[in-house]
Amino acid sequence: MAELLRTHPLEAWAAAFERLPDTVGIAAEPYVAMVDVRLAPVGAESSAALGVDLPTAPNTWVPAGTGRVVWLGPDEWLLTSTTEAPEELEARVRTAVLPLGGSATDVSAQRIGLRLTGARVRDVLAKGCSIDLHPRVFGRGSSAQTALGQAGVVLLALSDSGDDVVVLVRSSFAGYLADWLLDAALEFTHDS
Amino acid sequence: MQLIACPWCGPREEVEFSYGGQAHVPYPDSPAELSDEEWAHYVFFRDNTKGRFAERWNHNAGCRRWFNAIRDTTTYRFESVYRLDDPKPVTP
Amino acid sequence: MSTPFRTPSGGRIDRATTVEFTFEGQTLTGHPGDTLASALLANGRHQVATSIKLGRPRGIAAAWAEDPGGLVQIEEPFPEPMLLASTVELSDGLVAHGLPGQGRLADVPDSARYDAVHHHVDVLVVGAGPAGLAAALTAARAGARVALVDEQSEAGGSLLSGTERLDDAPALQWVAAAVAELAASPEVLHLQRTTAFGSYDDGFVLALERRTDHLGAAAPKHVSRQRVWRIRARAIVVATGAHERPVVFADNDRPGIMLAGAARTFLHRYGVLPGRDAVVFTTNDSAYDAALDLHRAGVQVQAVVDARPEGSPRRREDCELAGIRVLSGAVVTGTQGVERVTHALVAPFADGEVGASTAIGCDLLLVSGGWNPAVHLYSQARGRLRYDDALGAFVPGEDLDGLSVTGSAAGVLDLPGCLADGQRRARAALTALAIPPAGEDRLPAAPEPAVPAAPLVLWRVPDTSGADGSTSFVDLQRDATVADIARAVGAGLRSIEHVKRYTTIGTAHDQGKTSGVLTSGITAELLGIPVQDTGTTTFRPPYTPVAFAALAGRDRGRLFDPERVTALHEWHVAAGAVFEDVGQWKRPRHYPQPGEDMAAAVLRECAAARTGVGILDGSTLGKIDVQGADAAVLLDRLYTNLMSSLKVGSVRYGVMCGVDGMVIDDGTVLRLAEDRFLVLTTTGGAAKVLDWMEEWVQTEWPDLRVHCTSVTEQWVTFPVVGPRSRDVIGAVFPDVDVTNEAFPFMTWRDTTLDGVPVRLARISFSGELAYEVYVNPWYAIAVWQRLLEAGRPYGITPYGTETMHVLRAEKGYPIIGQDTDGTVSPHDLGMAWAVSKKKPDFVGKRSFARVENQNPLRKQLVGLLPVDRETVLPEGSQIVEFLADGQLPPPPVPMLGHVTSSYRSAELARPFALALVRGGRERIGETVHVPLNGTLVPVEVTGSVLVDPEGARRDG
Repeated sequence: MAELLRTHPLEAWAAAFERLPDTVGIAAEPYVAMVDVRLAPVGAESSAALGVDLPTAPNTWVPAGTGRVVWLGPDEWLLTSTTEAPEELEARVRTAVLPLGGSATDVSAQRIGLRLTGARVRDVLAKGCSIDLHPRVFGRGSSAQTALGQAGVVLLALSDSGDDVVVLVRSSFAGYLADWLLDAALEFTHDS
Repeated sequence: MQLIACPWCGPREEVEFSYGGQAHVPYPDSPAELSDEEWAHYVFFRDNTKGRFAERWNHNAGCRRWFNAIRDTTTYRFESVYRLDDPKPVTP
Repeated sequence: MSTPFRTPSGGRIDRATTVEFTFEGQTLTGHPGDTLASALLANGRHQVATSIKLGRPRGIAAAWAEDPGGLVQIEEPFPEPMLLASTVELSDGLVAHGLPGQGRLADVPDSARYDAVHHHVDVLVVGAGPAGLAAALTAARAGARVALVDEQSEAGGSLLSGTERLDDAPALQWVAAAVAELAASPEVLHLQRTTAFGSYDDGFVLALERRTDHLGAAAPKHVSRQRVWRIRARAIVVATGAHERPVVFADNDRPGIMLAGAARTFLHRYGVLPGRDAVVFTTNDSAYDAALDLHRAGVQVQAVVDARPEGSPRRREDCELAGIRVLSGAVVTGTQGVERVTHALVAPFADGEVGASTAIGCDLLLVSGGWNPAVHLYSQARGRLRYDDALGAFVPGEDLDGLSVTGSAAGVLDLPGCLADGQRRARAALTALAIPPAGEDRLPAAPEPAVPAAPLVLWRVPDTSGADGSTSFVDLQRDATVADIARAVGAGLRSIEHVKRYTTIGTAHDQGKTSGVLTSGITAELLGIPVQDTGTTTFRPPYTPVAFAALAGRDRGRLFDPERVTALHEWHVAAGAVFEDVGQWKRPRHYPQPGEDMAAAVLRECAAARTGVGILDGSTLGKIDVQGADAAVLLDRLYTNLMSSLKVGSVRYGVMCGVDGMVIDDGTVLRLAEDRFLVLTTTGGAAKVLDWMEEWVQTEWPDLRVHCTSVTEQWVTFPVVGPRSRDVIGAVFPDVDVTNEAFPFMTWRDTTLDGVPVRLARISFSGELAYEVYVNPWYAIAVWQRLLEAGRPYGITPYGTETMHVLRAEKGYPIIGQDTDGTVSPHDLGMAWAVSKKKPDFVGKRSFARVENQNPLRKQLVGLLPVDRETVLPEGSQIVEFLADGQLPPPPVPMLGHVTSSYRSAELARPFALALVRGGRERIGETVHVPLNGTLVPVEVTGSVLVDPEGARRDG
């Protein structure tokens, strides 16, 4: 069976990302399956059904296998998987949460992820994010749904020093945000 | 730029929120039994309070949850925020 | 080139380097560290411009942002109008000229970068003078996250302008040590050249950093020229110092007249003598420092004129030792000179009476009427001011939550007092934040200050020239005088806000930094009331002018407004699409072929869809996944029609209304399972409808077991439209039976393409046989190209939103938000068929029964056909009718409604329109008129469905 060509919204930006210095690395995250999970309340039953504890602390994320679970609201999470196909992940999670009154929706293509790494990541994000990203308050495991520039984003802290952050953004805003990030990083591309 | 404390996400800039008007105005049980005037009061009429006012807010750039707040309409100060299933706080 | 007024040594300038600049066409020199003002004074130049209304010569009257006089236009290196010579840092190649009040915008685009940065701190200290530095050190030593911002090029504040000593060494050594300590503290952000210009709610302060202006032509291009810092502080310590206040007298505006403290700044900081022969006029002790320092530097101080009857005994002694004449109980009543002051007119002054004056020759007249604390940030944060009789100034009247004022901004005028107060305020802030102070937090030792003699509050010297105060200037930049205030008061104005607006005092670039409190004082005098009853005008941001470019920051050009694009955007661009903005989306409007205008392209695209096959990128349609046992209940409550009866596998069109019964959105609903629906919304309604659903579910019906999730970007949508669409779909998806029997209108089927899930739906927004193709956008290009490939034998034609609009309008399908405006019910649209009579209630139902909504004369959607078969009616055109006698009714001519959509139709071979018309359906067949370019275009009212009214085409 011929494989259908798969394209990423930020293919045209890949070369520009590659030219960035290590202090402001930007890379498109590989495709992963993502489902939006709605469920309330959560507890032992949901953990057993899903094989992961859905975090109940607002604005946090936890690893789930090679994927992640991101708190999006008191009854809403984004669950990602690097090993399952989108429709498989949706089917598995839906089966698990449906008996508990929950729901699961494939949103794999709703957002794309950008991985920001380097000593200047905080400085770049501070140019358009109004919440405090100091490592004292936004260490590994923190997440936030907020605005970056004029795009709605989900930020995930992957390190305790503020130098490793994933930005999830709606796919249609990906080009805007990529332009925005490259522009914000410009002054640091002359650092060394 | 005021901060509004989302009951879940904590203080965020006011631009992350949208306003939902007066709180505690429930949808009538049986609209068909209301007179035109009674129905119009539900659809069109809201209090225009000077001072403490219970109102609805939505953290639409964040967790997208609705919540209620007591805000002073003369100072803009939020005196409290509370979840939809919480009772309206008693204010002095 | 000589700079005759430069001192032989001293100052904070780099004497080893000389820079050249041009002012009014004259080439002059200065040094790095100079401002344009100090360099001009070093060259002996006081006059900068002439005044805006009276054309009087004006010069440099102060050393920083409070200067009401020295406005300049910068031409090089960066064209910018309305800057103050006293705040422009000198750079090599600077070209400037003076401005009589009004500048000129640059006629070239601003190529510099501007940006904004958010920053969060425990303690923000504004001002790096002695109080601010002490506060910042205390906060930093406690380990708090600290920001220290200061508007000058270097830290030190008033210490830069004097000869004070701390720890038995020049005070600037302590400043340097403090700056070094702050730089070594990892949680401290210390910014110079940064003006905190506004304080707002919840500890929010905006500050403008001038990052590269001082570098002149050498400024790097990749660094922002200016940056707006958006600082959120848990506690703010305002240490912004004080502005010296002049005293008003006749002809007080001549070049060579300046504030006494400014002269000290020019001397000590810039190594400049502002004159050779000085007269110092004061009401307080501080100006004696200027007199004595200038004397030591070689200036002939002809006299100190002290308005206080006894003057200052201690300072008089200092002057006598230096050989300076002191005239106590005397005032300056006027001046002589044209382009520069030549004489001060000095007269005895006792009990408010002014005696006969004598002229004293001078080229410099220094004035001090006391000090106004710079309370701007405090006042912007809604702090109340209190008039302090002893200081003769308005000071902060109370502590604010999270904001305190320290140092001379709080009325503390001596150095050890400022240091101790800064430390005390910072400690109080730390305590409030539960941050323990550091054990070691030493202040430098400062000499005990002498107790000054009490100042005299003197707003103005009574005008003895026989005139009416019309040359006694209060606001030099606005040419506003005591006479103007008298006229305002005479006109009955009592409020200081009204006096400000009547006289324009305080409305120039400096926003009344020197004139504001004077106006309060003089107004109070004229009204015979205490000045505390007059108060001050409201302080509003910005503290100093901020360029719009800085406020815009990076939100310009392509970052001005996000452009949302679909997965096919690059393809559309390559295909030559002309785009239109639909909200933030960029959508192809049409795809012109060479030589085609839009009209021609749209006629071609329409014909293809009606006779062959067309394809549209409809990916921007809103999509919402509605899941849960009560999903059907929710949709029944929100749609006017019944959704619970929809069969799995089927599609239904639905209309959504607000509680007022007016249409807010429409679209189709696919039932995916008993407990799952896919709701399609309009492009513009996507976020609105999701929010609407969430609002009802969260706030009214939390018991419903239903969840709504946006999947707008999870699926691209390609309608394949036209009589040959079945051939195309059949070819690309051979495993799908595309016959009407197996795949009827308003049903959907799932399939795969090379293993990738695809959903097909028989939905038509054109009236033609059509299949919508849904697929994950990762595969959008591949699927789109398969469809194009398969459609090639049938001449498949990509079409844009304009053709989509024409096709749907020909069928009378309304666009919510274009053919409706929030006052249109489903019945007005002729969609009573979509309003369920079975459901006991749904949102909007009760409103349909309101009397007004039963009115047969409501505006209704109808079609319009221009009788001339030529005119394309502009959308928005009004509709009128003739009376029985064939004449228009007398004006105002009643409007029957307006045109909501209007196009040329390939199918009809004539233009047509949709319109909302009063009682429209009753008028079908009538002729009404549309005023256009001075004539009346007759149009026939028709039903809204103009093409295929019997719906014969939808099955091909």
